[in-house]
Amino acid sequence: MRAIALAAALAVGCAAACAAQAQDAAKEIQRYRQMIAEGSPAELFELEGEALWKKPQGPKNVSLEKCDLGRGAGVLKGAYARLPRYFKDADRVMDLETRLLYCMVTLQGRSQEEATKRVFGSADRPSEMESLSAYIAAQSRGMKLDPGVSHPKEKQSVELGRALYFHRAGAWDFSCASCHGEEGKRIRMQDLPVLYKPASARPIIATWPAYRVSTSQFVTLQWRMNDCYRQMRAPEPNFGSETTVALIHFLTATAKGEPYRGPGSKR
Amino acid sequence: MPGPMKMRATLGQGFTDVRVLMTHPMETGQRKDSDGKLVPLHFIQNLTVKVNGKPVVEAQISQAVSRNPVFSFRLKGGAKGDKIEVSWLDNQGETNSTEAAVA
Repeated sequence: MRAIALAAALAVGCAAACAAQAQDAAKEIQRYRQMIAEGSPAELFELEGEALWKKPQGPKNVSLEKCDLGRGAGVLKGAYARLPRYFKDADRVMDLETRLLYCMVTLQGRSQEEATKRVFGSADRPSEMESLSAYIAAQSRGMKLDPGVSHPKEKQSVELGRALYFHRAGAWDFSCASCHGEEGKRIRMQDLPVLYKPASARPIIATWPAYRVSTSQFVTLQWRMNDCYRQMRAPEPNFGSETTVALIHFLTATAKGEPYRGPGSKR
Repeated sequence: MPGPMKMRATLGQGFTDVRVLMTHPMETGQRKDSDGKLVPLHFIQNLTVKVNGKPVVEAQISQAVSRNPVFSFRLKGGAKGDKIEVSWLDNQGETNSTEAAVA
């Protein structure tokens, strides 16, 4: 009897101490996030992206300045906050990176193969897509996320994204929801947000793309989808494929209404 | 050619907060590349801050500083429109500078 009482006392003791410890950890993580958000090198990528946006390239030797991101040719202000959306000229839903790729092919006359050869860069050599994303996303700071959700193809894309989020597949039989489906979970320092719920999706989606401190890289949402599929041991999705765009579309539609605060900083 | 730099200088009550972002690989000389070869030491050695042409900070920094460093400091006094100039020199002789007016 005494042993049971002691065990119970120990259990209660741990419950209090462990909760305090978890709270301390959460507070420290919060403090760390604040520190890395101040003076984020994301701004350096914005500068690089601006130069790339204006640089004539490709067989036609033209810049991307005439690229229509949904607000008219060359309009950047608020363009990112309204993506992904349906584009009539391409007859499909596109996110920022897919649209940029479309412009590289149609405006600059580059081949799909050449333009997608190196979409994800390294710390030593960031990719063109990453810097451009930083620059363009920054022009939507403070604006509410408002992706297209009214066109039939947009509705279809969001629904496909939702289905993919919960669809288990691959060698480990994982879905996005396997990790991002339960509240209060984290891997080491990384919270695992339940991204199909607006309350969790809002602060996350509003800070992508972002600078990743641990790898000194600027990362985009296309990269995030690609790398999540890699971690799930699923076949690699194509850059700008219907799958990745649908997932990004679903997540952004879930976060709709949140003021954009990126490009952010991630662990 | 070195990548871009970005500086912000904001006036407070009797002080000026300055924050400079620099693009630099800051190689420690210990890292190996994918071929197993050592990546040569490459880091910012000297950092100079001038206010209206007068040097106020002469910093010697080491390879212990992370990639794409941010250098942040507080200056006593300062007035709107003061010209702040920051320049760096790395161990390979590369240099870059930027300037901004206190806002």
